[in-house]
Amino acid sequence: MSSLRVDGNPVDGNRSRQEAGYAAARRRRHRSGLALRIALAIVACAVVLFPLYWMVVVAFSTRSDLFSSGLRLWPQSFTLENFQRVFSSFPISAWFGNSLAIALVTSAITVSTSLLAGYAFAQLKFRGSSFLFLVALSTLMIPVQVIMVPLFKIVTQLGLYGSYWAVILPTAASAFGVFLSRQFILAIPRDLFEAARIDGAGQLRIFLQIVLPLCKPLLAVLFFMSLLQTWNDFAWPLIALKDNALFTLPIGLLYLQGQFGSDYGGTMAFALLTVAPMVVLFLVFQRFFVQGFARSGIQ
Amino acid sequence: MTGMSSASTALRKRAAYGTATADGGKPSRRPTRRYRESLVGYAFLTPTLILLGVFVLLPLVGAVVISLQKTNGFGAGTFTGLENYARLVRDPVFWRSTLNTALFTAIVTPVSMLLGLGVAVLLNSVLPARGLFRSILIVPMAISGVATALIGTLVFDQNNGVLDKMLRSLGLPAIQWQSGSTAAFVSVVLVTLWWRVGFNMLIYLAGLQGINPYLYEAARLDGANGWQQFRYLTVPMVGPSSFFLLIMNVIYSFQVFDIVFVMTGGGPQNATSVLVTYAYDNGFVTRDQGYAAAIGVVLLLATMTFTAVRWRSSRNRDPVE
Repeated sequence: MSSLRVDGNPVDGNRSRQEAGYAAARRRRHRSGLALRIALAIVACAVVLFPLYWMVVVAFSTRSDLFSSGLRLWPQSFTLENFQRVFSSFPISAWFGNSLAIALVTSAITVSTSLLAGYAFAQLKFRGSSFLFLVALSTLMIPVQVIMVPLFKIVTQLGLYGSYWAVILPTAASAFGVFLSRQFILAIPRDLFEAARIDGAGQLRIFLQIVLPLCKPLLAVLFFMSLLQTWNDFAWPLIALKDNALFTLPIGLLYLQGQFGSDYGGTMAFALLTVAPMVVLFLVFQRFFVQGFARSGIQ
Repeated sequence: MTGMSSASTALRKRAAYGTATADGGKPSRRPTRRYRESLVGYAFLTPTLILLGVFVLLPLVGAVVISLQKTNGFGAGTFTGLENYARLVRDPVFWRSTLNTALFTAIVTPVSMLLGLGVAVLLNSVLPARGLFRSILIVPMAISGVATALIGTLVFDQNNGVLDKMLRSLGLPAIQWQSGSTAAFVSVVLVTLWWRVGFNMLIYLAGLQGINPYLYEAARLDGANGWQQFRYLTVPMVGPSSFFLLIMNVIYSFQVFDIVFVMTGGGPQNATSVLVTYAYDNGFVTRDQGYAAAIGVVLLLATMTFTAVRWRSSRNRDPVE
């Protein structure tokens, strides 16, 4: 309101009055716009959060609550029976162990192979470099369902079927990881490498002592993204894991739902257990994640 | 292989030390720096190339070969030429799956990009608790497709689901999300949007943060209103993000599997069947693996065609460089 009064002051020069008028109009628009924008943001967040909230409610509710007819948006009771039922009927801890082992090993391989390849594509000159880069990148387009039949044969012939490696090796090389690494390493000034080379450093030393320390954010991004992807991967593990004891969490979750059917309490209790660790990690690592995307040159 | 190596004789001498001779037993000719750089380059690429070669490219060739056979996966198949492809042309379920895949792509890609851009613009403006809003909106990215689909099943359950209960309590008719074919398709699309919009928002946010704020100041001074600033400044400036997202979303949509497989299994009566779920059913349920491979090859050709056309039509905004 004070700016409006300034606007009406005849003593002010023409120009400053006009500017003050603009400022006031902008502030007014800003204030009504702000309320609308906050409302929109809250609605968007509610849409995202409600299904998750509902998963938690159902996971902690009794069976009779779920099947009661009326609409109740808040929990009627609190029970741990769903979790007890899930733990007593399924090898939950083995599934967690499988997922963790597969995710960690896959991520370690992805990070190291992506960094090496990314460095080669970004800083080394060799024949066929751009062709090989295009080949690597084009594998992004190939869904696992296109190659699943022959891939299954290869995995069996290599004797990997029935072990973690059947899941790990086919998903370990990441075209996206190579792409991200190349973009990141391209942004490092070439002078740094030239200087090290003139000082007599070999490529391996340059890689270990110059590239790696500069790539810490990239390492975090690659590792976390790979961990997330592997933890949540579904299509290939569904084909490659037949033995109940080797199941990863998503496959176990689907199997468990097959047993429980429309009894959602148990399914949601287990879904919550599989989702919670990744959501927490995701929120903690968020900074790296966003930074990684922003610095990858995708913009 | 031009220039450079001749200019850096001194460097070459300094850099070249006792490596094995590569050009047929002429110990006097030591490998040049360029040659060694090539060797290192190939060495660094080897792990990636082996993994991609054995587990992606080799199976890709295998898929084309198997698509010309009749095989159940046990023992050798019999060569049948293009019989599998001829069967595809006559197969109504294949056409239904193709149509569903195209429809799914045509809906999910623009809608998730528009919502993503809208939310990104919203959360790039001055707003209290902006960081919290951003964090909440990207949470679905951390959740597996299976869990997402099961939560979707829970919410959209037509007998006991919370969504139909809400509709009824508002006096609206409940929707048959499982037995109605359109409703089932819509439910798959909605769950996918819930899952995917966060990714689109994230990429657009990165794009928006790269825009110089003085451009908006200049636009305002020139009298551009909010919509004009959005239309003529924001949209062109996030063009590279849009290009990247268009390709990513189309590729994702062509390959949609987790959500469909878990939520509907392609049903009811193939109303939500897409190419990859149909390929999976043929390959690992009925074990008609040659036919499954043929579906996969068709899908791959579609993806490659799309990418090539897009790439060609917008070379000037190449995200790789």
